[in-house]
Amino acid sequence: MSTSRPPRPTGLLHPAAASQALVDTAFVPVRAKLLEVAAFLDRVERYGVADDFRCVALREAARLLVDGAPERARRILEALSDPTTEPEVTSSGKAALGAWQPAVK
Amino acid sequence: MRYIEPHGHMISRTTDDYQAMVAAGCAAVCEPAFWAGFDRSSADGFRDYFRQLTVYEPARAAKFLLPHFCWLCLNPKEAEDLALAHDVLQMIPDFLDKKNVLGIGEIGLNRNTLNELKVLEQHIELAVKHDQLILVHTPHLEDKKKGTRLILDVLRAHRGVTPGRVIIDHVEEHTIQQVLDEGFWAGITLYPDSKSSPPRAVDMIEICGRDRIWMNSACDWGVSDPLAVPKTAFEMRRRGHSAGFVDEVLFQNPVRFLSQCPRFVLGETPIG
Repeated sequence: MSTSRPPRPTGLLHPAAASQALVDTAFVPVRAKLLEVAAFLDRVERYGVADDFRCVALREAARLLVDGAPERARRILEALSDPTTEPEVTSSGKAALGAWQPAVK
Repeated sequence: MRYIEPHGHMISRTTDDYQAMVAAGCAAVCEPAFWAGFDRSSADGFRDYFRQLTVYEPARAAKFLLPHFCWLCLNPKEAEDLALAHDVLQMIPDFLDKKNVLGIGEIGLNRNTLNELKVLEQHIELAVKHDQLILVHTPHLEDKKKGTRLILDVLRAHRGVTPGRVIIDHVEEHTIQQVLDEGFWAGITLYPDSKSSPPRAVDMIEICGRDRIWMNSACDWGVSDPLAVPKTAFEMRRRGHSAGFVDEVLFQNPVRFLSQCPRFVLGETPIG
């Protein structure tokens, strides 16, 4: 995707109505997801695991939500991705974890 | 409405799922070969799996009036065992003339290792040699961005690969544009917890355009929803997209790609 703000969708039957409906239908479910993020970050602190690399990555990625720039979803995915480019010599045998952690030498 | 489910692991689903999909308007289901949830111990396990995909599952789907197609390969999750991969690759041509086989897939990468890349290259060579369509699985979560780049590089390095005959599946916001820019098709997978949700999938269509994109549920034995595709149709309609737009994305696009295989022939219009 480009780094500029994407255009509004074209070809909609009723663009104005669709725009308002977008907020009307999605706000409460998304509000709930934001609260889940907040409660999760509180919870990992209470349980003493807030320094887990995934929790650290989540807090860092969350900053992108409010930096005022577009393409938040793409940028959060990028932030959580392995930034290296060379193939791994051997497999860890483990599943992906959702955030990148440099291999321990 | 009508739609194609271009990526569903139906051997792990119940007959209730078949009924629900047909009632929702599913006109055909396509089943890529994948990991069984455990590593198979020999090539014979794959031979039985390929018989299931080419003989038994299409018969089960037919009981629900649903055309069933499949793709064949050794999934990248089992590609670390090069000897096993060699044996399975030797066997695949035995099944390529079965009437519901669409091509080679879902090949690709899992943890982006050298062995996985070797087996990916061997699958691509096999597909080119036998003039087969290719369906590519891109890695999960933090491995997707790097893995997608590695996969695209391997595909582009092979002179026999025609990008328009390859679909790169499980794209997300950080990989979709490079896939489309390099001439390949892109698949958006709709999962409850990972990959994409219906709203994000519709966002990608609105931003990147609807050409060379399909959507699938990739329903299997894990957390997944066999009705994710028709639920995405609802999301499109709720935003004001026309029924024709929905049909273009969820039916005509996959038909356009899959019809490059002469075996992909649909019968009557679906019930839904």
